[in-house]
Amino acid sequence: MSSKAAQPEQLWLSGNEALALGAHEAGVKVASGYPGTPSTEILENLSGYQGVYTEWAPNEKVGLEVAIGAAFAGARALATMKHVGLNVAADPLFTASYTGVRGGLVIIVADDPSMHSSQNEQDSRNYAYAAKLPMLEPSDPAEAKEFLKLAYELSERFDTPVLLKSCTRVAHVKGVVKPGKLAKSKVKVGLEKMPAKLVMLPGNARARRIAVAERQAQLADFAESFAENRIEWGDRKIGFIAAGTSYLYVKEAFPKATVLKLGLINPLPAGLLKELAAGVKKVIVVEELDPFLETQIKAMGIKCQGKELLPAIGEFNSAIVRQAVTGKPGPTGFAPVPVVPRPPNMCAGCPHRGVFYNLSRLKVFVSGDIGCYTLGFLPPLSAMDACVCMGASISMAHGMAKALGDAGKGKIVAVIGDSTFIHSGITGLINSVYNKDYSTVIILDNRITGMTGHQPNPASGSTLMGEPANEINFEELCRAIGVKHVRTVNPQDMKATYEVLKEEIERDEPSVVITRYPCVLIPEEKKRTKHPLHTVIENCTGCQACLRIGCPAIHWHPLEPAQAKKLGYKEKQKGYAQIDEITCVGCGLCLPLCKFKAITKGEGK
Amino acid sequence: MKKSGNILFCGVGGQGILLASELTAEALLAQGHDVKKSEVHGMAQRGGSVEAHLRYGEKVHSPLIEPGGADLLLAFEIMEALRYLPYLNKKSKVIVNTQRIMPPAVATGKTVYPENILEELTSRGLTVIPVDGFEIAKAAGNVKAANVALVGALSKLLPIPEAAFIAAIEKRVPARFLEVNLKVFKAGRKAVK
Repeated sequence: MSSKAAQPEQLWLSGNEALALGAHEAGVKVASGYPGTPSTEILENLSGYQGVYTEWAPNEKVGLEVAIGAAFAGARALATMKHVGLNVAADPLFTASYTGVRGGLVIIVADDPSMHSSQNEQDSRNYAYAAKLPMLEPSDPAEAKEFLKLAYELSERFDTPVLLKSCTRVAHVKGVVKPGKLAKSKVKVGLEKMPAKLVMLPGNARARRIAVAERQAQLADFAESFAENRIEWGDRKIGFIAAGTSYLYVKEAFPKATVLKLGLINPLPAGLLKELAAGVKKVIVVEELDPFLETQIKAMGIKCQGKELLPAIGEFNSAIVRQAVTGKPGPTGFAPVPVVPRPPNMCAGCPHRGVFYNLSRLKVFVSGDIGCYTLGFLPPLSAMDACVCMGASISMAHGMAKALGDAGKGKIVAVIGDSTFIHSGITGLINSVYNKDYSTVIILDNRITGMTGHQPNPASGSTLMGEPANEINFEELCRAIGVKHVRTVNPQDMKATYEVLKEEIERDEPSVVITRYPCVLIPEEKKRTKHPLHTVIENCTGCQACLRIGCPAIHWHPLEPAQAKKLGYKEKQKGYAQIDEITCVGCGLCLPLCKFKAITKGEGK
Repeated sequence: MKKSGNILFCGVGGQGILLASELTAEALLAQGHDVKKSEVHGMAQRGGSVEAHLRYGEKVHSPLIEPGGADLLLAFEIMEALRYLPYLNKKSKVIVNTQRIMPPAVATGKTVYPENILEELTSRGLTVIPVDGFEIAKAAGNVKAANVALVGALSKLLPIPEAAFIAAIEKRVPARFLEVNLKVFKAGRKAVK
C-alpha cells in the first residue's frame, strides 16, 4: 500500500458536484434547468458558488430557452436536465443549433440506462446526431469537470451549443477530482443586434442551415486531432471503440487491449476510426443502449461488431463486457435466492396517501403522472391506472373522456403533483376546459418538488438561490383558465377528502380538486413536534382495515392459534396490527379506519 | 495485504448507508488509494433498498463491483444481505447488522419475514459477522449512530489504520455528535474479534 497521503488539492466529488465545479471554473454566468434524477444535484451544487445565477425553471424547455437567451447576451450559460427532459427541450434545441451562440452554451443531459429512476431508457446521443450538435461524453467525475470546460471552449470556437452527456454512473459516482484554474470567455456580455443569425425565419434559417453543415465538417476535422479522442495501443487482437463508462468497463475487463477512446461522440473522427481498424485484427464497439457509434462506423465501411455481441438494453458493467466479448461465462457469485421485494413506499404521514386511499374506494380510473405519488400505483392502494410522462395525466384523461363519451362520466380522474402541473399540466387543463371535458383533475399540492429531493418550485414561495418568491395561486389560475368548480381540501382529513372527491367526480363539468398539505420531508415539517399514534393492542381484532392505507408505520404481527389465545384474543384471530411509534408522525389517517378503538392519540415527540 | 478491494454496502433508505460509505472512502483516500463509489439515489428516503459500491486500488476504472466480486459486504439490514448474494463469493466476508426492517409486503401481512438468514449465509461457506449496530449505538448513547458502529466493525477487516477512520469521522461528523460517534465507532470495532 502506498503511504502517500492524499494531496490537499485533491477533491472527492460526485459527477454532479464535479460538473458544478466545472461550470464554476468555466465562468458560467447563468444556469437553468428542471430537476430530474440523475441530473438534479448539478444546479443544487452550482447554486453554492459565487458569481453564477442559478434557477429552477418550470420545465426543461423553459430552462434551455433561458440559457439560450443568456448565451445570446454573451454570457456562458448552462441548461441541465435528465434524458426525458431533453424531449421537452427538443424544440429550442434543434433551432439553437442553427442560431449558434455568442457566449458558450452547454446542455448537460443525464441518461438513466436500466431505468433506476426513470420511465424509459432512451439514448440521448441520438439528439446530438439529429440536431447536428457536438456531444462530449465523460466517463467519470474527473473527466466530467474537464469535459464541461472543454465544451465551453468548443461552443465559442465553433459557434454552437454543445451537449454533454452524463448518466447515472457518472452523475452518482464519486471519484477523485483536481480543481483547476478559472477560465475566461473572450465574449463580452452585452446585447448585439445580429438578426441574420438570431432571428430564425425561413430566409435566415436557410442560410444558417448551410452554416450548420459547414460547422459539422469543421467539427469532424477537429475530432481527428482532439486530445480526448485517442487510440491507446495495446494488444492488437481486438481494437475496442468506447466512450464514457463503457470505456471504463473495457479497461477493467481488458486492461491490455487496444482502445479508441472517444471523448467527442458526435461528429465521429473517420480517419482515427480507420487508423484503429487498420492496426488491429478485429474491431468491437462497446456502447450502452442504441448502436449509435456502430451504425455510423459501419456506414463508413469499417468492419466491426457491436450489438451482435453486447446487449442493447440496460447498463453494462465490466463482467457483461468481458463475457460478451470472450463468449465464456466469467466468475459468478452465489445464485440469487427469493427475497421479499422492498419497493419504495410513500412516507409515513405522506399527504398523498389519503387521496389514493379514497380514489381506490371510489373505484375510478386514475390517469397518473410523474412524481412521488406515482407510488399510489403500488398495493395496497393500487390507485393509478396509467402514467406516461410529465403532465400527461390531464390530457390523457381528456382523451379517455372523449373516447368514452357519456359512458365515462364519473369514472375518470387525473392526478398530478404541484410541480408537474406547473411543468406541463397547465396546457392540458386549458385544453380540457376549452374542449368541454367532464373529467376531474386532482392537484396534489405538497408545496415542493418531492421525488427529486425537495427542490422549490413556483408554488413553494422560494427560489433555488434561497430568495423568497411569489407563490402561484392554483385556485385563481384554474378559475382564470375557466374551471368553474375549484375545491381545496386537506388530504389528511379523510372524510372531507372523500366527500369532495365524490361530489366533483360525479359532476358533468370539468373540476379541479386541490389537495394541499406539505410534504413530510420538508425541513420545517421534519422539525415539527410529532404526536405518534398509539396502539391499544388488546382492542385489535385483526380486521386489517388499517393496513389498507399501506402506511410503513403500521406493522402486522401474524399469530398462531396458541399465541393468539395466550394474548387473550380469540384463537381464530390471525394476528394484530401495531403502530411503530418511531416511524409514525401522527398524521391520523388510520384513526377513522379503526372501528375498535385500537388506535389512540399519543404523546408528542 | 490486498492493494485493491471491493466493498458493497446495502440496506434500507434512511439507515445512514451513504455516510458509512463516505467515511470508508475518506479513510481509504487518506491512505493514498484511488477510490470510486457508485450509488443509486432517487428513492432512498422512501424506504427502498439502497446500495453503494465502493472500489479501491492503485487505479480504479469501473465504479461497479462485478457479480461475485465483493470482498466485503456491509449489510445494514439482515434480509438485505440475502438480496446481494449474487455479488458474493466463498471468500467474501459479510458484516450483518441484525436489525430487521419490515418491507411493505410483510408489514401488511401479505407474506412473512424470512427466518434463519444467518444460517442461509453461513451454509454457503461465507464468513459472517453479525453485529447489533442498534444496541451498540444505544449503549454508547445515540441510537442514530448505528451506521457508525457498522463502520467500526468494517474498519477491523480493512488494511487501514484505525486513525484513518477516526480522522474521517472527525472530518465528516458535526462537532456536537463527534464524541458519541467516536465511542460508537470503537465499540463497533470491538464487536469484530
